[in-house]
Amino acid sequence: MALEVQIEKKLANFTLDVSFTATNAPLGILGPSGAGKSMLLRSIAGLEWPSRGQIRLNDRTLFDSERRVAIASRDRRIGLLFQHYALFPHRTVRDNVAFGLCELPREERASRVESLLARTHLSGFDRRYPRELSGGEQQRVALARALATEPEALLLDEPLSALDTHLRGQMEAQLQETFAAYQRPALIVTHNMEEAYRLGEQLLVLSRGHVAALGAKKEIFRHPPTLEVARLTGCKNFSRARAVSDGAVEAIDWGCRLRVVQSIDKPPAHIGIRAHHIDFLEAADKPNEGDNVFACWLMRSSETPFRITLYLHLHKVPGDSAVVHLQAEVFKEKWERFRNRPFPWHVRLPPESLMVLSE
Amino acid sequence: MDWSPLWISLATSVTATIITLVAGLAAAVWRERRAGPALALVDGIFLLPLVLPPTVVGFLLLLLFGRNGPLGRLLLKLGATVVFSWPATVIAAAVVAFPLMYLTARAALEQVDSDLLEAARTLGATEWRVFREVALPLAWPGVLAGTILAFARALGEFGATLMLAGNVPGRTETIPIAIYFAVEADEFHRAVMWCGADIAISLALLGGLYYWTHLQGPQNARWARH
Repeated sequence: MALEVQIEKKLANFTLDVSFTATNAPLGILGPSGAGKSMLLRSIAGLEWPSRGQIRLNDRTLFDSERRVAIASRDRRIGLLFQHYALFPHRTVRDNVAFGLCELPREERASRVESLLARTHLSGFDRRYPRELSGGEQQRVALARALATEPEALLLDEPLSALDTHLRGQMEAQLQETFAAYQRPALIVTHNMEEAYRLGEQLLVLSRGHVAALGAKKEIFRHPPTLEVARLTGCKNFSRARAVSDGAVEAIDWGCRLRVVQSIDKPPAHIGIRAHHIDFLEAADKPNEGDNVFACWLMRSSETPFRITLYLHLHKVPGDSAVVHLQAEVFKEKWERFRNRPFPWHVRLPPESLMVLSE
Repeated sequence: MDWSPLWISLATSVTATIITLVAGLAAAVWRERRAGPALALVDGIFLLPLVLPPTVVGFLLLLLFGRNGPLGRLLLKLGATVVFSWPATVIAAAVVAFPLMYLTARAALEQVDSDLLEAARTLGATEWRVFREVALPLAWPGVLAGTILAFARALGEFGATLMLAGNVPGRTETIPIAIYFAVEADEFHRAVMWCGADIAISLALLGGLYYWTHLQGPQNARWARH
């Protein structure tokens, strides 16, 4: 089971130029809004025609610009979940789910609908109309409707973005359950890195129409190849960088030399560290040479219920026009332990957490 | 008392409404899937009967269907003449009512969320099924409004009908034409009576519509209630 995509499509501001193969593991497609994510899904579903390229699903060619093949959407056997559910408002839940099953005999259709509703935890909702359901229930109906036709691939366009936070967790669990049973290519488009990480096994990072990274999600989050991917996966701290020797780089914007663990194969353009990886030294800790420990001063902070973000200036007392060098994120418990200590504080940038980013 | 104008008017309006419903919907669907500057001209032609005086429309139809007109000559070969016959009243009424049907149907179809049509396509539906089971039911209130406008316009048609169908009592004499010739011939009572009949038909139509939307509607349209 595989979905092979290799397409180009001219859009208003850039060209969507994407190629990848999705197998049975769910593939998260992460990108900011306007990166071409929806256009990519619509092209695979046959709702848009790419300018060039090929789309193959298992052994069927769905689209091939050179051989002039373009299978209509209705014959692609691809399920598409819309961001705003797209349920038929004039049909009951049962008739929505049964829409794709019109060729089945009546009894078989009824039993198939029933089992789908049970699988999506919607038993007893069959006579309701979509507007009588909550957002999460509507999305589950849409999921049951898409699964009804037993599509060979499933495409989900921002499946959680229209839901409230407390419904999001439920829908996420539903989707994980569905993927575990589905075992066919599934693409999940999202602009939220946590959703992409939780729902996908593989990850494709899309930026302005091109594939910025593709691979196992853990690897991409641990070692993003470029500045762009690091930023899209939530990294907040960057400095321009220059290789000094093997295992050391000079961080130009941070004004310091850093030991790194990651091997430097290509000349690094930037170095980055995630906000929660920055470590604050306790009073008793004695830093060693090459530990990447630096003096810092607090410029400002911003709180969330459980964590605090600290905006730091390195090396000397910040003047009026001083810039923020680093933002660090710590749990409040830890923050309580050092908040009243005199400046300078000392931060450690653990070598194993530093990300060397190429151009 | 000769009741023929009533039956002629009703038969003409109903037939013309059915024709405009089908033609107007087909034109609206055809038009909705296309874009381009050339379509402005097509739109212009579709809407012309609404803008032109009915006498002009009638005269143009006369040129088209007359003995020397392109369609008239074709029909003559098949042994049929349209001018001054009952079908002429239907043609005149349908042409004049068409723009109202076309405009409202197009607006109603454009209002349907395109995601729903696309969802239906990904679920394997043919274009005909997408139209019949998704687009049309959701556009139905608008299409119904267009149908009623078209029926009202067809019922009131006078100018184009007189040009193309003339006034042949018992064949092409509709209520509006009967009223005009009654006044012309100083038969004041006859004119008043046909005016009353026209008002009664219109009120019955509006009453039926009210019943349909307010009394039957809520159960049938649970999904649309707010």
